[in-house]
Amino acid sequence: MPLDDRYQLAFRLYPYARSADQDAGHPVHHPVIVVGGGPIGLAMALDLGRQGIPVLLLDDHEGVGQGSRAICFAKRCLEIADRYGAAGPMLDKGVVWKIGKVFHDDRQVFEFNLLPEAGHKFPAFINLQQPYFERFLFEQIERERAKGAPIEIRGRNRVEGVTPEAEGVTLDILTPDGPYRLHADWLIACDGAGSPTRKRLGLDFEGRVFEDSFLIADIRMTGEDFPTERWFWFEPHFKSGASALLHRQPDGIWRVDFQIGWDVDRAEELKEENVRRRLDAMLPGVDYEIVWTSIYTFQCRRMRQFRHGRVIFAGDSAHQVSPFGARGANSGMQDVDNLGWKLGLVVRGRAPERLLDSYHEERAFGADENILNSTRATDFITPKSTISHVFRNAVLDLAERHAFARPLVNSGRLSVPCTYDGLSLTGEDALPGAPDRSRPGSPCPDAPLGHGFLLERLGGDFVLLTIDADAPETLEADGLTIRRVALKTADDPTGALAARYLGTATGAVYLIRPDQHVVARWARFDDAATRAALRRACARD
Amino acid sequence: MTDLILTPNIADPDGFYAALIAAHDGLSDKESAAMNARLILILANQVGDREVLAQALEAAKKSD
Repeated sequence: MPLDDRYQLAFRLYPYARSADQDAGHPVHHPVIVVGGGPIGLAMALDLGRQGIPVLLLDDHEGVGQGSRAICFAKRCLEIADRYGAAGPMLDKGVVWKIGKVFHDDRQVFEFNLLPEAGHKFPAFINLQQPYFERFLFEQIERERAKGAPIEIRGRNRVEGVTPEAEGVTLDILTPDGPYRLHADWLIACDGAGSPTRKRLGLDFEGRVFEDSFLIADIRMTGEDFPTERWFWFEPHFKSGASALLHRQPDGIWRVDFQIGWDVDRAEELKEENVRRRLDAMLPGVDYEIVWTSIYTFQCRRMRQFRHGRVIFAGDSAHQVSPFGARGANSGMQDVDNLGWKLGLVVRGRAPERLLDSYHEERAFGADENILNSTRATDFITPKSTISHVFRNAVLDLAERHAFARPLVNSGRLSVPCTYDGLSLTGEDALPGAPDRSRPGSPCPDAPLGHGFLLERLGGDFVLLTIDADAPETLEADGLTIRRVALKTADDPTGALAARYLGTATGAVYLIRPDQHVVARWARFDDAATRAALRRACARD
Repeated sequence: MTDLILTPNIADPDGFYAALIAAHDGLSDKESAAMNARLILILANQVGDREVLAQALEAAKKSD
């Protein structure tokens, strides 16, 4: 296959340049190679490069593809991007919304206000076109490279062959100057739902197909000042689809989404006059310009194993969900967050290779939770039997009049990170009276401190967080240095820290992983218990 | 006198809804209708209170 673009670029960021590796005459060795320059591949390179792990990213294009695609980036995803130093421009550019309206036919069923909890650096989520998200990650990679981070990106380098070996992987790569080979200790496949790497290795990707198609149109409203709200219609009176969604993005652009049925003629439906017919019925009298259109179908599925020896899958290549609930890119960023520190420790020889098995254990658990939630939303939005349709509409009818039915209305449950309850790396909960939300396995909830926020203080290493409790300033164990973050109730002007980490306890010691998940917690510092928890979190036991 | 509860009262509403729909898997429309009838009678017995049941019947009638 010639090296032609499969899609148009929104931003050309890494033009092809011949590498010395292509003239070496033998496969040059790299510790880590990432395949795929989407949001997950870029974040993976950023995470590893910031740790000082040399990483090479190969992409078959020269930049970011066009089309808004993923548009909802949730708080945890932004917190991860913030740890990488990339969240500022995302927040500046992104649209924050709080009000949602749900309609059935020509009636408003109810209106909701997300009323996000106060005391977090980031909102519940922002709307931002995927190309911007990717560009901001790339720009952070450039800044890290300027500071010496060993990250290299090679555009128009298409992986054509993957040969796994006991201690690494050999890759066959095609470039505009012809083929060459590389060797890597570790290959991270971030090459999307259609993952060529997964197919080449003949690996499974089983799940459920949803027999429905969705037409997306991104439109620029000219003149209208629509409110920044999310509007969702079940069986809309304007008949443009079995459901419809209107959602704001930056640059005066709106995402419109129509559920148009399973058996559709894609080329016909994507003709501008046909897209306009649907849009005009929904937005009578409104002037708009069509920026991008696409038709998508989806499946909910995942690989049985995310790690295959020295080849590890992250993001959509490992798991795919329906778009309801924004669990695609958001969960992929959590994969990176989870894999980054583990691979870093293994590459540096600070943890055994089996630590990487916990990546599969934890993220497959997360993927199952995401698949469950997005499947339930999809079943509610697109009922597939007469009786499920009857129940769905009964819920909508009742929700109009009675509050009790509103929690049953499901047009997508917002992506929230999962808690690794009871999994291999999760340690003991020895802090009586402490809140459930920060139990071992949980992602640390943010909290405002006098200056800045808690998560900024935690950073990206193992830390010992103490609140009104004594502990050594540093702890040396297994070649790692654990830093103490010492806080007192005086550092907690709003009381959020105490509410989220102490509950009725008077002091607390938390051991926190580099991905800001809680390992274990205690009422007071105990050297032996802390060391045991750390060994467990590094799969040393 | 007890009043009919019309505010959210079901823990894990998504899980309950999924179980409700799954209970109808593989049933014909007629079998589903019969299943619903049995379910209503079981739930009505659980409620017991005639006044509450009267309010529930009223709430279930469409207003429009």
